[in-house]
Amino acid sequence: MISRITHTCIYVLNQDSAYDFYVNKLGFKVHTDAPMGEGARWLTVTPPEQPELEITLFLIAEGAMFDKETVQTMTALIKKGTFGAAVFTCHDIMATYEELKAKGVIFKKQPTKEFYGFEALFLDDSGNWFSLAQMEA
Amino acid sequence: MEQFEKIYLYQRIVRAKLFIDDHYADPIDLNNIAGQAHFSKYHFIRLFKSIYGKTPNHYLIKIRMDNAKILLAKGYSVVETSLMVGFDSPTSFTAMFKKMAGQTPSTFQREQVIKRKAIQENPLLFVPNCFAETHGWSK
Repeated sequence: MISRITHTCIYVLNQDSAYDFYVNKLGFKVHTDAPMGEGARWLTVTPPEQPELEITLFLIAEGAMFDKETVQTMTALIKKGTFGAAVFTCHDIMATYEELKAKGVIFKKQPTKEFYGFEALFLDDSGNWFSLAQMEA
Repeated sequence: MEQFEKIYLYQRIVRAKLFIDDHYADPIDLNNIAGQAHFSKYHFIRLFKSIYGKTPNHYLIKIRMDNAKILLAKGYSVVETSLMVGFDSPTSFTAMFKKMAGQTPSTFQREQVIKRKAIQENPLLFVPNCFAETHGWSK
């Protein structure tokens, strides 16, 4: 029986920019930032209240994993905002929304009442979109 | 109209929170922080706590400790770190750090140095093998 998630991936177009977005804007903590040689880097962050879940900021780059065509296709799709990567929750969506907006985060949807609570949608620096939710108790 | 008032109120509290985030290294206190939100102290503490689950003072301490951990991990001394996160005395910094983190700054720093060295010397120990293989990373 599967019990929990330890690692998950978000595909990003630039790891320096993603570091700034996830750490300085979203307030995530750096878990591991390891140089892997030849410019490669293993970079994982954790949500502030979920230190056991490592989110890998996975660079889309030509190499062993992606060929040139795949890089071009993935880059175009991410930039276009095709991929929804996760649902993040917060204790107070209005405060979080105002704070992220003040930090320059782009929202596709303002906090809106849904059947499960409130939800907003924002984009990361690459173009991935996320749901920001405040669940009803 | 009520909706706009609520948004304005949130913006004022968020402004105060961001003021703490930006100025934790300075000798700021509740008067400075509440002033950013244009509230009376009592009203401000109540609203801040209802949104962030902590009083502004407790939040300021948390931010100072979070940043102290980053600085210690980078190799700054305990004295340097204490000054860089707004404490005027390394002794009071050490006492607060121990209370919040459950270990002294020196012990925390030693652990971080060991971890950083391990990452530098053998980064593959920190990468699940499936990811290492797909990247073509090997020992």
